[in-house]
Amino acid sequence: MPKVKLPKGAPALDMTPMVDLGFLLVTFFMLTAKFRAPEPVMVDTPSSTSNEPLPEKVMMVTVDTDGRVFWDMSGKDARAQMIKDMMVTHTELQLGEKDIERFSVMGPIGQPITKLAEYIRADERLRTQMDATTEGIPTDSLNNELADWITAGYGGFARDQDAKGVTIEMMTEDRDLRLSYGIKADGDTDYEKVEKVIDIFRKKEIYIFNMVTDFEAFDSDAAGSVE
Amino acid sequence: MANVNTEGSGGGGKHGKKRAKKGSVYLDMTPMVDLAFLLITFFMLATTLSKPKTTELIYPKELDKDDTTKTKLADELAFILLLGEEDEHVFYYTGKFKPDTTVMIQTNFSKDGLRKILFDKNKRINDQVVKLRELFDSKQVDEEVYKEEYSRIVGDSLAPFVIIKTIEKSKWKNVINAMDELNITNVKKRAIQDMAESEDIALRQRIAELGL
Repeated sequence: MPKVKLPKGAPALDMTPMVDLGFLLVTFFMLTAKFRAPEPVMVDTPSSTSNEPLPEKVMMVTVDTDGRVFWDMSGKDARAQMIKDMMVTHTELQLGEKDIERFSVMGPIGQPITKLAEYIRADERLRTQMDATTEGIPTDSLNNELADWITAGYGGFARDQDAKGVTIEMMTEDRDLRLSYGIKADGDTDYEKVEKVIDIFRKKEIYIFNMVTDFEAFDSDAAGSVE
Repeated sequence: MANVNTEGSGGGGKHGKKRAKKGSVYLDMTPMVDLAFLLITFFMLATTLSKPKTTELIYPKELDKDDTTKTKLADELAFILLLGEEDEHVFYYTGKFKPDTTVMIQTNFSKDGLRKILFDKNKRINDQVVKLRELFDSKQVDEEVYKEEYSRIVGDSLAPFVIIKTIEKSKWKNVINAMDELNITNVKKRAIQDMAESEDIALRQRIAELGL
């Protein structure tokens, strides 16, 4: 019987399909990955056992430990619409087409209206500096700019949805089409400061909020609750 | 790294004619694969990590804080959670507040703290939820029925009602923690209120008593 010959040397493996697959996955993840925009303010959100992801369309108000308030909303077109509303309410705010374009892709805003134009036109370095020194959006009852941001934000969102042919019926049926209201506060923020923001929302007849939290697993010997 | 298979190629023939090299080019793809998978790993982790989670919180419509008469609440169902300035300042009492007799008991947000108390208090409802969950997990009821039944069970008229009372300096994370415990223990009847002055005074006294 002839001896079975063992192949000598290193076995050659055709890696081409593996590389193909690898790069396919790389491409997929690169294209789908959404990076968080650089945040002007760092907040350490509290953890909860809720595993529900944040809705796509969201108006987000951030409150840091000092009680400074930042406003943000998703959707480039909706933002472009809303800032035009702000220019109507606050005539001192003068912005050109270019400024509106820049604003529409910006992250959270924590400037009073008087400084907004300067902030939008600023370069990145100056903007970081302005973010560090700002007092946040004013929320006092005498100068409640946050209320205007909320009203204009919702108006801009609604008109943008309208332009895209989304009807109210579609919005009632599909939660993903509606605007959610997020509150992102640092765990060490005084409740009073968060409550102030919540009360402004409540005066606008908005009662349901999405509190941004970090996920923390818990041993599920507990009774099942609805996710 | 890359080499060309030269076997049986080239000249060597009688005529010495130069011929184009035949055979395939072998390329060592290992470093390329390494890189590809490194990138995959990075993007996979980056994608999932940047998604924040949320807890839904519904506030009541009335903004008038002093108007507590509207919510008629049976005293024996009331469970009041008091959040003080520090993280350890978590107290509770049940029933109606009486400045002289009400004793505030300290608890915490650990597994054996508030969660255990609320589980016991809400036992009847939790048992029903567990049963419902079993039915749902074994696919005997669909999601729609499950959700409907769930809200019916937790909305029971004899379910405990938890009121979270805060002072100005209560920390946000403790409010979220408390809300989270309520979610875990299926207590859906809840409210957040500002602490009454008499309660605040009693809480301060209690904290001083315990030397916290």
